[in-house]
Amino acid sequence: MSDVLKSVSFNAEGFMTDPNRWTKEIAVELARQEGIENLTEAHWKIIEYCRQVGLASGKAPTLRQITSGTGVSTKDLFALFPKGPAKKVARIAGLGKPEGCV
Amino acid sequence: MKTIVILGGGTAGTIAAHKLRKHLDAQDWRIIVVDKEECHYYQPGYLFVPFGVYQPQDILKPKRKLLPKNVETIFARIELIEPQENRVRLSTGQVLNYDYLVVATGCDVHPEDTPGLMDSWSEAHHTFYNIEGASHLAKALQRFEGGRLVVNIVETPIKCPVAPLEFVFYADWYFNRRGIRNKVDIVLATPLPGAFTKPYASSILGGILEKKGIHVEPDFYIMEADTTKQVIRSYDEREVGYDLLVSIPVNKGADVIGASGMGDELNYVPTNKYTLQSEKWPNVFVLGDASNIPASKAGATIHFMMDTMVENLLALIRGQEMKAQFDGHANCFIETGYNKALLIDFNYEVEPLSGTYPLPGIGPLSLLRESYLNHLAKLFFKELYWYVVLQGIDIPFMGSKMSMAGKKKLPTQQPA
Repeated sequence: MSDVLKSVSFNAEGFMTDPNRWTKEIAVELARQEGIENLTEAHWKIIEYCRQVGLASGKAPTLRQITSGTGVSTKDLFALFPKGPAKKVARIAGLGKPEGCV
Repeated sequence: MKTIVILGGGTAGTIAAHKLRKHLDAQDWRIIVVDKEECHYYQPGYLFVPFGVYQPQDILKPKRKLLPKNVETIFARIELIEPQENRVRLSTGQVLNYDYLVVATGCDVHPEDTPGLMDSWSEAHHTFYNIEGASHLAKALQRFEGGRLVVNIVETPIKCPVAPLEFVFYADWYFNRRGIRNKVDIVLATPLPGAFTKPYASSILGGILEKKGIHVEPDFYIMEADTTKQVIRSYDEREVGYDLLVSIPVNKGADVIGASGMGDELNYVPTNKYTLQSEKWPNVFVLGDASNIPASKAGATIHFMMDTMVENLLALIRGQEMKAQFDGHANCFIETGYNKALLIDFNYEVEPLSGTYPLPGIGPLSLLRESYLNHLAKLFFKELYWYVVLQGIDIPFMGSKMSMAGKKKLPTQQPA
């Protein structure tokens, strides 16, 4: 594990336990773990939106909340964060696992 | 004279009307129920219609007969809700002014939201999430002589999250009885990482799927249905071919919720998950599928949430503090075919566990384990639904709050 991640703790599924300890450096490192080598401006736009929603509501946004909130299409989201965008961006943004499924 | 308007005369609206009428004197309180449909369908029965177990007429009753006599019932479309004015406009031009509002407008499927899904609707593409769909699917299954049957959940949350699983279990049994199971591939393509939303139940249900030779395509977010190639395509460019597609389309709250500016991005009303009061309007309560609370969209959930809503609404009327809290309690029978079913019982905090229900050590029903008795209980439940549950009568031993009694804790789980 890289030094940046040593100072924070994660739950069993790899999500940060305290979103307030999150930094941009941590995001870069977590993105790398998710197979995203370079966070572009488009990535940051989504991450920042999720941080904003997540900290205000205490819950990571669902895929549909992200698409309707940012105007980015689902297709583009999958290109930015391949496989499961909502879960992936939640992890990179230091939030909990999205609660979309009950 | 004060007025409570209940929007929706389905499972939630009907029980709420009975319970509120018992507590509020007809001299002082007018209770009005509004619904656009005159028929009440027993929705758990939709699962059985495609397999010919029930005919549509076996699972319907007129709403008029199910609602209490001493409430007013209006059959009309809701045109607009104006919560800041405490009034509701109906398609008939009628305007209802209320003191308190109960929103129970449910949710519905929207196949038109997925590109290509409507192209072959009722031909190669089906659903069993409404009565028309379930009836069409019954005919399609009868004609089906072999090939790939794909069940696809478009997006979560959906009404009754276990129904797609029950459908594939039942399909396995159905084709076995017809002697053509070896000619049919059954696939469940789901956006979830596995069979179900909760980890322990997911592993057990996943095991049953595997035993029955049902293939699961996990993390599958459908982008489009392509009728020319007969494939559904995911956003990450995976293709799953089908001969018959059974879709659980996007579920959304009622359009009027969106049009009235009361909903979130799926037209669900933001609701306090403990008090069941609207996040925005104190004199508005939200029940069942219409709310955005993170509990299962299911009849059992409605049954368990009802006492909380009634207690809190009465407290509010009397100017008292609202003390009742909903714990997210849900339980459901999962039909697994061959006259067996399993039962799960859970809430916001505790995932479904093994054990007995409702009596610890006795049952008679078993949790997370297939049994004939669970299946009988599921079938018997239809009668209980019409004559007990909908009438707002409490069922013995089945309290609103989830109980840990009779449940086996997971080794790693902290006591709730």
